[in-house]
Amino acid sequence: MNILYFLIGCSVVLALGFLGAFFWAQGNGQNDDLFTPSMRVLIEDDEEKPENTEPPIQK
Amino acid sequence: MIKSPVLEKTTCYHCGDDCTTIEYIVEEKHFCCHGCKSVYEVLSVDNLCNYYSYNDHPGVTRKQTNKRFDYLSDPTIANDLIDYQDTRISIVTFYIPQIHCSSCLWLLEKLNKINPAVQYCRVDFLKKQLNIRYDHEQLNLQQLVELLDNIGYEPLISLQDVIKKQNNADKDNLVSKIAVAGFCFGNVMLLSFPEYFGLSGFEQTFKHFFGWLNILFCLPIVLYSGTGYFVSARQNLKNRVLNIDFPLALGIAVLSARTVLEIVTHTGAGFADTLCGLVFFLLVGKFVQKKTYHHISFERDYRSFFPVAVHIIENDAEKPVPLGKLGIGNRMVIRNNEIIPADAILLKGEALVDFSFVTGEAIPVSKTLGEIIYAGGRQTGEAIELEVVKPVSQSYLTQLWNNEAFTRTQDKRMQTFNEKVSKYFTIVLLSIAFATLIFWLPTDVRRGFAAFTAILIVACPCALALSTPFTMSAALSIFDRNRFYLKNVAVVEQLAAIDTIVMDKTGTITTGTVNNIKLEADLTDEQKQLVYSLCSNSNHPLSRIICRYLGNMDQLAVAGYTEIAGKGVQAHINGHFVMAGSADFILGCSDHTSAHTMVHIAIDDRYMGYVAFSLSYRDGMKNIAALAGSYDEYLLSGDQDHERGDLQQFFPNANSMYFNQSPQSKLDFVQSLQQNGSKVMMMGDGLNDSGALKQSDLGIAVTDNVNNFSPGSDAILDGKSFDKLPVFLRFAKDTIAIIHFSFFISLTYNLVGLSYAVTGNLSPLTAAILMPLSTATIISFTSIATHFAAKKRQLI
Repeated sequence: MNILYFLIGCSVVLALGFLGAFFWAQGNGQNDDLFTPSMRVLIEDDEEKPENTEPPIQK
Repeated sequence: MIKSPVLEKTTCYHCGDDCTTIEYIVEEKHFCCHGCKSVYEVLSVDNLCNYYSYNDHPGVTRKQTNKRFDYLSDPTIANDLIDYQDTRISIVTFYIPQIHCSSCLWLLEKLNKINPAVQYCRVDFLKKQLNIRYDHEQLNLQQLVELLDNIGYEPLISLQDVIKKQNNADKDNLVSKIAVAGFCFGNVMLLSFPEYFGLSGFEQTFKHFFGWLNILFCLPIVLYSGTGYFVSARQNLKNRVLNIDFPLALGIAVLSARTVLEIVTHTGAGFADTLCGLVFFLLVGKFVQKKTYHHISFERDYRSFFPVAVHIIENDAEKPVPLGKLGIGNRMVIRNNEIIPADAILLKGEALVDFSFVTGEAIPVSKTLGEIIYAGGRQTGEAIELEVVKPVSQSYLTQLWNNEAFTRTQDKRMQTFNEKVSKYFTIVLLSIAFATLIFWLPTDVRRGFAAFTAILIVACPCALALSTPFTMSAALSIFDRNRFYLKNVAVVEQLAAIDTIVMDKTGTITTGTVNNIKLEADLTDEQKQLVYSLCSNSNHPLSRIICRYLGNMDQLAVAGYTEIAGKGVQAHINGHFVMAGSADFILGCSDHTSAHTMVHIAIDDRYMGYVAFSLSYRDGMKNIAALAGSYDEYLLSGDQDHERGDLQQFFPNANSMYFNQSPQSKLDFVQSLQQNGSKVMMMGDGLNDSGALKQSDLGIAVTDNVNNFSPGSDAILDGKSFDKLPVFLRFAKDTIAIIHFSFFISLTYNLVGLSYAVTGNLSPLTAAILMPLSTATIISFTSIATHFAAKKRQLI
């Protein structure tokens, strides 16, 4: 059963990793604005040539 | 000069307003004004017309295009606005009230296409903020703001913007504290399970290992996440008040001390999981309490509304001066739509001042040369020159902010239910704990201390501390859905406690726009056309309203048109001499008896009648008048008492209406009501109500557009929801009833726990079950009950 020491050690390290990741995200400002990104994804990435998306005009 | 009539209604391609002229057409697209057209032109040059494909009419009307931003080149003002600057780049954040749709977002994040000196821009949609990083060698702040203005997104730059920077520092890291608490709580729970399920003899080494790990996890809980409670408890003891934080801090301290003691001495498993759960749930409650649903500023005062700088004439040249440096004797120039920032004497030009921000009055007032114009008005029409007679902070309006109502630190207004209860709760808790200790001490010292600590643990008012925030935040979101925006959760309780309602008249109980127009003249269609043609030449707001009222007509040729400032207009049309204007102008005598603003009309020197403008009362004024049985209602108005008769239907009591009230006397009136023991709710809309709003127990600003200016207050009510006010009041009372009931539920849990605790036989398992169970009950009860109460009141 001594393997438990190792397993618990692993689980704590893993959990600490997640906590660290959360703190990093928080410090990085990723949680500052939770609304705008949801609108941003709906916008087309590039408007390079909007004409190209239309079918060519037939004469 | 005859224009062909616009038969079908066209709407502006940019902003969606009705087009009243056909002057502005580009590429078969109609625009309502030059401003809108120029935005389109800027965008089409840079190939950004996708802006119009995401939404129909994404723009906001831009009638005014002569904005001046040269004050931004003043380095002291610019430095106050810029967030960060190094040798190459600057970062600045603007508040842009026009942000409202995905097109705005798209365009503002593409600024780089218009000017490559902009390196990065990010919109925060809910806060309506734009964060920009730019190369300041190629683009200065003034050019950047002009760029934004050119595409129709003028940032709102106000004095408060500049000031807010300094008091934006205190930001508690509540989210981080919750994260740490959650992390520890989860781990401790797992490590405590083996103990609850029982460990066999040869597994005892694990027990100690788990115990020490638990202590390790409790350290960040007590030393980081829970510190706020100790700090608050100590402060409260210093101020000799007992609030709910005291028993909470006591509970946390006792829990951790006993846990460490039990584990170190191998006498028990300790209460590590209860401790972690307690702190975690408490912090979540705190988070819910702080959550705000709408990004509305409740702290606005005159500074957020006055400009940052004003133009003065010095040595025959105009130059911008920061408002703080504006002194007595300076000669200011105020252009169309600019705000007069200080009390001043009119020296030159035709002043037509819109005081709607101050009084709520929608119709501009004309002023004559030499007259004193009070600060806060907005000039409409041509540029005027004024001499400052009082500095900005000492003017008739702004000196209100020197009143003590504004210097009071924290609102010591009403004791909340929680505050009232927790005082007694703490005393009862401590007396039970000590009584038990004394009871056991002579017979069994160990048991005495066990019972003593167990009481403090089990009676820790976790559920009590959570009931208010969860109920209130549920209520807050319901109010929010009904366009009634509260500053924080405490306002709900104030709303339930008030017994007196004081209302401002203009703009509060009347609608903000003129929509009650009466034509008291017998005019033929031909004569109407004459009046229309005359008025369409004038830019005066009343002329505009008359034109809109008469509708789209053919415009006739006008000859010899003259406009006499502050009096009226006249012209020869189709062989008739048409005059429209004040009573003084048409009848030759002034008329002070009428309640309404009037425009008199004469054709060929024959008096035809008049057009009367009055503000209509908001829908639902009757509902509010019906509250008179349970609330004392008063009306305070800055106007003359012309409307007393009309208002009698809402305020039948003779002593309930007060006219000719100055901002200061409104404040004093509220104060005198409070001294008689009333709990006063003040409803107002303009800066002149600010004092009364601040002084009252609950100040509500009524506005037709929440993003527009509204004075500092506890709550903002959208004019559309004005009729729901009685329902809101009733719902607030329901909410309080729910809090009272959940208090009894949590008390029941405490009593159950206490019955175990006084015997000294509290097992860690009982505590670990009771605490989360009571919390879950309270949270679900309050949310469900609030939901049903809202349904009953038809708020959802």
